[in-house]
Amino acid sequence: MSIGRLTGLPGRRSILKASAAIGALQFASPFIIRARGEVPVKIGIVDPLTGSIAALAQSEVEGAKYAQAEINQKGGILGREVELLVEDSANDVGTGVQKTRKLIDRDQVDVIFGDVNSGIAYAMSQVTNEKKVFHIVLGGHTDPLTGADCKWNVFRVCNTTTMDTAAVTPELIKAFGKKWFFISPDYTYGRTLQEAFVKQLTKAGGTFDGDYLPITNSDFSATLIKAKAFKPDILLNNMGGQAQINCMKQFVQFGMAKDMGLGGALYELELVRGVPKEAQAGWWTMEWWWDQPNTPGVPEFVAAFRKATSKTPTARHWFAIAAMHAVRLAAEKAKSLEGPKLALAMEDLELPPEVALQPGKIRFRAGDHELMSSVFVGEVHPPASGPDDLFTLKALVPGEEAAGPVGETGCKMTRPA
Amino acid sequence: MLQVILYNVTNGLIIGAFYVLMALGLSLILNLSNVINFAHGNFLALGGYFAFILTPFTGFWGALLVSPLLAGLLGFIIERLMIRRVYRRDPVYSLLLTFGLAFIIQDACRYIWGPNPLPLGIPDSLSQPLSADLFFITWYRVFMVAIVIVAVTGLFAFLRYTRIGVRIRAGTLDLETVSTLGVNVRLLRSFNFGVGSLLAGLSGVLAAGQIGLNPNMGDELLMPSFIAIIVGGVGSLAGTLLGGLLIGVAAALTTVVYPAASEAVIYVIMAVVLMIRPRGLLGEEGMMT
Amino acid sequence: MNSASLVEAMKRPAEARWLPLIAIWAALLTVPLWLPLLGGYTALAGRVLVLGLAAIGFNLLLGFTGVMSFGHAAYFGLGAYGAGLTLKYLAASTPLAVLLGTLLGGLAGTLFGMLIARRRGVYFAMVTIAFGQVCYYIAYSWNDLTGGFDGLRGFQRAPVHFGPFVLDITSDGPTFYYFLLGIFAVAVTLMGALLRSPLGRSFVAIRENERRARFLGIPVERHIWLSFSISCFFTALAGALYALLNNFADPLGLHYSLSGEIVIMTVMGGMRTFWGPLLGATVFVVLQDYVSSMTTNWMSFIGLLFVAVVLFFPRGLLGFLPRRGHG
Repeated sequence: MSIGRLTGLPGRRSILKASAAIGALQFASPFIIRARGEVPVKIGIVDPLTGSIAALAQSEVEGAKYAQAEINQKGGILGREVELLVEDSANDVGTGVQKTRKLIDRDQVDVIFGDVNSGIAYAMSQVTNEKKVFHIVLGGHTDPLTGADCKWNVFRVCNTTTMDTAAVTPELIKAFGKKWFFISPDYTYGRTLQEAFVKQLTKAGGTFDGDYLPITNSDFSATLIKAKAFKPDILLNNMGGQAQINCMKQFVQFGMAKDMGLGGALYELELVRGVPKEAQAGWWTMEWWWDQPNTPGVPEFVAAFRKATSKTPTARHWFAIAAMHAVRLAAEKAKSLEGPKLALAMEDLELPPEVALQPGKIRFRAGDHELMSSVFVGEVHPPASGPDDLFTLKALVPGEEAAGPVGETGCKMTRPA
Repeated sequence: MLQVILYNVTNGLIIGAFYVLMALGLSLILNLSNVINFAHGNFLALGGYFAFILTPFTGFWGALLVSPLLAGLLGFIIERLMIRRVYRRDPVYSLLLTFGLAFIIQDACRYIWGPNPLPLGIPDSLSQPLSADLFFITWYRVFMVAIVIVAVTGLFAFLRYTRIGVRIRAGTLDLETVSTLGVNVRLLRSFNFGVGSLLAGLSGVLAAGQIGLNPNMGDELLMPSFIAIIVGGVGSLAGTLLGGLLIGVAAALTTVVYPAASEAVIYVIMAVVLMIRPRGLLGEEGMMT
Repeated sequence: MNSASLVEAMKRPAEARWLPLIAIWAALLTVPLWLPLLGGYTALAGRVLVLGLAAIGFNLLLGFTGVMSFGHAAYFGLGAYGAGLTLKYLAASTPLAVLLGTLLGGLAGTLFGMLIARRRGVYFAMVTIAFGQVCYYIAYSWNDLTGGFDGLRGFQRAPVHFGPFVLDITSDGPTFYYFLLGIFAVAVTLMGALLRSPLGRSFVAIRENERRARFLGIPVERHIWLSFSISCFFTALAGALYALLNNFADPLGLHYSLSGEIVIMTVMGGMRTFWGPLLGATVFVVLQDYVSSMTTNWMSFIGLLFVAVVLFFPRGLLGFLPRRGHG
């Protein structure tokens, strides 16, 4: 292998050739002839494009590319073209950290997005913080990222477990009852999720029991037997990924659906689509949902997105789109792309309706840098009017209300030196 | 309490049966060719994916019959093309080779079928539980155990009563002599690898019906297969059978008392066996080199 | 190389021996200057050094003693966790972290090696894999201590105090790279000395013909155990440095896939040579970094690389150099 081959020009390095479908959006860009010395705005994304959560990561990247095309068509950020550099973290922390360094040191990106995996997101935030690079975590859920481990340069789009649990618990109690049984994965996210639920449940005077199982567990019979014996009002399935699906399938196969309700926090559309009908059930939260006929701007957005990508937008797509536009807006406000200035501009930045794509005031809260987006609580069901009509909204809980006060997150924001 | 334990022992045997099927394939290949097939889990995945393609045309039963054959055929071909080249060399090469193959096959699955989980449809009749009391045993699980019993019995009968089977067993003990006796050892090894892969493919179809398809599905099942072999004793198929059942039951029982450790317990068993009886429960001295 | 050729190699004119060494060290010392010009970045070089060290340690066992372990990532990972836990809970002292990390991995390997020194071949490899996975599961499940699936975080490498002089390695710049290089140099020198010693030569004798070595009076099992143990210490040192590199330790550092990568680096570079593993590590790390930026199908390329090396370049890159001393 000749050494010359290693010269990677910081040019077009997009990975997903498949999303050439977005090429439909490559109408005449104002940047065909780039002015001499005009450096594009570089946004680096580090996400697990291979590995068990690849589907979610790919949605995020697709969303980012869609937004990139949109932004460039309208003049870019601060008049400069936006370039996306996508790197695969392969769901491995070492790789994620290395790619982050690569994007910052070698490719000189202005902004970093990532990772879906909370552990990797955290490790990345240490690097971005050290190098004073603006960092948005799109879809890594662990609370400390905007809590005890909050940093001045890190912002997050997706909800915290506190937000999701606080939003869904009252609805579940109303719909089913106060006696709950949990099945949670035995790692930090699973534990934080269950503890958050327990906190909300006991506040409302509920009782519970549950099991922590290995993350990749595929056979739930023992735990489901235990659950059935406990006779709860509802089973909380916190597993995530393939395990979540299997747990639900077995729950239905064992006929337990007639004895108790089923619910939980996240059940993402990418997952719901691929499961058999009997597993398309239960009460869950979505962090954004496409079917909002009464919210101005959303149906148009969905139609445009579908036309460009032949897919229905999911919450993950929206995370990336919102983040891209947020960067644009913050840059315009700060008139700069420097980390500290962008971060300052981002605080309390309110997303305009065409970016928020949901009712309410959606802003990045200054105290913890968490986006106060609404939590969509509702019921998942087999396709009704169309293949993606899999969720019926029951309650839309404002993010601010669900998140609780900043003081309770444990975040003590420090300013850059 | 006794009921719960009984439930879980039964459950454990069901899970164990599954481990047995996987581990036997791996064991066959290990015994005759001295190759640790890292790609075994990926043959499992392929079995499932082949069934996914075939089911719309042949139905579930047809797919159950044909996919393992396809997987076995693929194993046969891969052995002939690549693996047999490294038999004479340092064993590190065969390990690296199957390791590389594992990467390639997994990526190919992801490329062809996408990273999203896919469902494999099973006949509705099999999705029903046995009874209200035995609600946690669906007919599918009974079916799985039945297939495993058929496959294992078939395998042991094959190894005992057919010419090829006897040659494989003889080859496991002393390949050189078998070769001197005029047997085409190369063909034997290829065939053996194919049989091992066929078992993996069959496991894949069964697994897919239960847990769905995804490119990584084989990874989680590879380690328990290893452990079943180590616990049962390298070189002994009966040992592998015992080992698989043992760890299945152990995992199920652990879920009753301390669910989070249900995966770890099989490693603990392996560690204990290695310390007390390193050749494995039914292993023989001298099978370990 | 058998003992005779080793002795002959020692007798070659001094320049022929020193020249490649000088070239290698010159290249390593000037990395921050030329690497960015080629589209590389200093963190990449750090990763190459760390994995190269792991591979060189591993090669003591595989290439020079002829024993195949496929679970060496376990000691690498233990080194990383040892260093991380030290920095997080004991003291913000880099030297202590490196020391304790190395000890943790090395001692684990020594104890484990005692259990399996009698085994050989494929079975030996299987149990090393299994041991590695045990460690992986412990790291993955022991949430309170190791951070579980999310990994161990919340620690950072601390500046090193040499009396009045402070070496600030906390930033990502060249300083840390040279720190790594310094430790690498010490380790590699020790390894070289070991290989030239009578103990080292007995390892080679065992590799060449175990039975003959036994007849020569070499206590084979004990020496295999020693070789295993020493290689684990080196690999654990590399792991401790890796934790410093990332300010993070995670269970994947213990997984058999990393073990496999260490093996391929060693074989690809040339497992019977001293510097081969470093070259293999360089090629592998750089290639992986480059390919994974180009396509999401990089796993296929890595797999193809494994297959290609095994089928077509089994002696590795440096294996093509004329074997010294052979007629």
